[in-house]
Amino acid sequence: MVSVGQHENIEILSYSEVEEVAGYVGNFKVNVRRKARYVNQDVCTGCGLCQEKCPAKKIPSEFDGGLGMRTAIYFPFAQAIPRVPAIDRENCRYFQTGKCRVCEKLCPTGAVDFEQEDEIAEVEVGTIIVTTGFDVFDCSRTTQYGYDRYENVLSSLQFERLVDASGPTRGKIVLKDGREPESVAILHCIGSRDKNYNRYCSRICCMYSLKLAHLVKDTTGAQVYQFYIDMRTGGKGYEEFYERVQQEGVIFIRGRPAEIVPRGGRLLVKAEDANLGRLVQIPVDMVILSAGLEPRHDAAEVARLFGLSRSADGFFLEKHPKLGPVETASNGVFIAGACQGPKDIPDTVAQAGAAAAAAMAMMDRGKVTLEPSIAQLDVGLCTGCGECVVACPYDALELVEGHVEVDETACKGCGVCGGHCRSKAITVLHFTDEQLLAEMQGALRVLEVA
Amino acid sequence: MYEPKIVAYACTYCSYPGADLAGISRIKYSPNVSIIRVLCSGRVSPELVLRTFREGADGVLVLGCHFGDCHFISGNHRTATRIPILRRILEFSGIEPERLRLEWVSASEGERFAYVVDEFTETVRQLPPIERVLA
Repeated sequence: MVSVGQHENIEILSYSEVEEVAGYVGNFKVNVRRKARYVNQDVCTGCGLCQEKCPAKKIPSEFDGGLGMRTAIYFPFAQAIPRVPAIDRENCRYFQTGKCRVCEKLCPTGAVDFEQEDEIAEVEVGTIIVTTGFDVFDCSRTTQYGYDRYENVLSSLQFERLVDASGPTRGKIVLKDGREPESVAILHCIGSRDKNYNRYCSRICCMYSLKLAHLVKDTTGAQVYQFYIDMRTGGKGYEEFYERVQQEGVIFIRGRPAEIVPRGGRLLVKAEDANLGRLVQIPVDMVILSAGLEPRHDAAEVARLFGLSRSADGFFLEKHPKLGPVETASNGVFIAGACQGPKDIPDTVAQAGAAAAAAMAMMDRGKVTLEPSIAQLDVGLCTGCGECVVACPYDALELVEGHVEVDETACKGCGVCGGHCRSKAITVLHFTDEQLLAEMQGALRVLEVA
Repeated sequence: MYEPKIVAYACTYCSYPGADLAGISRIKYSPNVSIIRVLCSGRVSPELVLRTFREGADGVLVLGCHFGDCHFISGNHRTATRIPILRRILEFSGIEPERLRLEWVSASEGERFAYVVDEFTETVRQLPPIERVLA
């Protein structure tokens, strides 16, 4: 990320949101709302003094999954690029009570600016790559596992923070009371492969669950139980890692646990061991819920902005699952990463590279090849009623001097205009009225014979 | 009883692959249907539907993507407003509106495609042949 931040040809607009996308491939105009972070990005050196001295210190950190605390002026996470903090209005003492301004007084470069307001930046680009990622499944939805009720039931991401050397416990795996756990259960497929939540497999959980089990074994003497439906360890070196974790003594139980109940200060995991064909009850100190991946909560809105389609599971739809894995229905808009579907880091990096190459190739060529099936207009027949202009999903039609004109680069040939036109002024190439008519007549003749 | 003739207009990105999937999965469905591919269900003009009846189709099925899934963003919304109006016009002109139906079939719904086609065929079969209605 640092080298991206320093690259002369890459401009990062962080803490920003795309509000509007106009134009077409090669000539996109994108309006970006640059949210006020109340810190002047050009002046701030990222020294972190403000974060250190901010009096509002008891705010649960989003990045640490609520395990650690942050201040009201803060860096979202340690490696954030650019290294400029933002002020969280909801928790800032100055914004809430009108008094404080400690960060402003202490800042050695005078970068804190409470008067800052949102700005709209207009960006002109040739191609767009959408890489908006995923949301982690909210474990509190699976109420039978007591994620919100029992303090030693953690989501996989929380546990990930626990084992991080720069995390809230400096990498120590501990229970809420500070003890080291003697046994840990890892539950797979939380929110995945479950018709109550998401039917699809989130693909990364098996491998990260193995990694977490390995880390527990590595740093504590705890017994680790893995409750799984199927182990899906496809990928280079993955099956070998699975074997290694087995050899480390992790116990694998095939079966999705029914529930978790507290029992004598510990947690009792009730499950069926499908391989043994009997019910098991295992007392553990800590439970890790391997949360699945979900489409971003605002995926529908983003899809509308960029003219993308979504598949049944809510992730963005590629042009073709095999032949166009990074292209989309909108020419010049590409997708990569988990916004297209759950995938791990190597796959994401590979897809990101493919999307970048596809976007570069398109710009390097300087020309675009269009599908031949587009709308054509007979000016003589057009009455200029404008019905088609309203109907067009791509804004490819425009009323000019009493008749309609087709923008051939924006038109995708869907033919909605042709379906709307009362005066038959629009011909949708490859799907003309004559062609459809002839096809229909032929179809009826075939049915007649049958 | 007679064998009704049905023309289905299916969109390229959802319903036509859905029909394809029904075929690939070897799901049986009524042979009374002939499918015509259009890029988007929004391409099906009212005139085309009327001419299909005129040419002797006993039923017309328009198949598009579910809302939100349309490859052409909002093409199916246009179909969704157009077809109900057309059904009212059919009824006004003495043609049973049941002969025209709009259904959403996604590319993954091979079974649903077969179900829709079978069910529609049986509905149309209960109606007299179109020649008698238009005569």
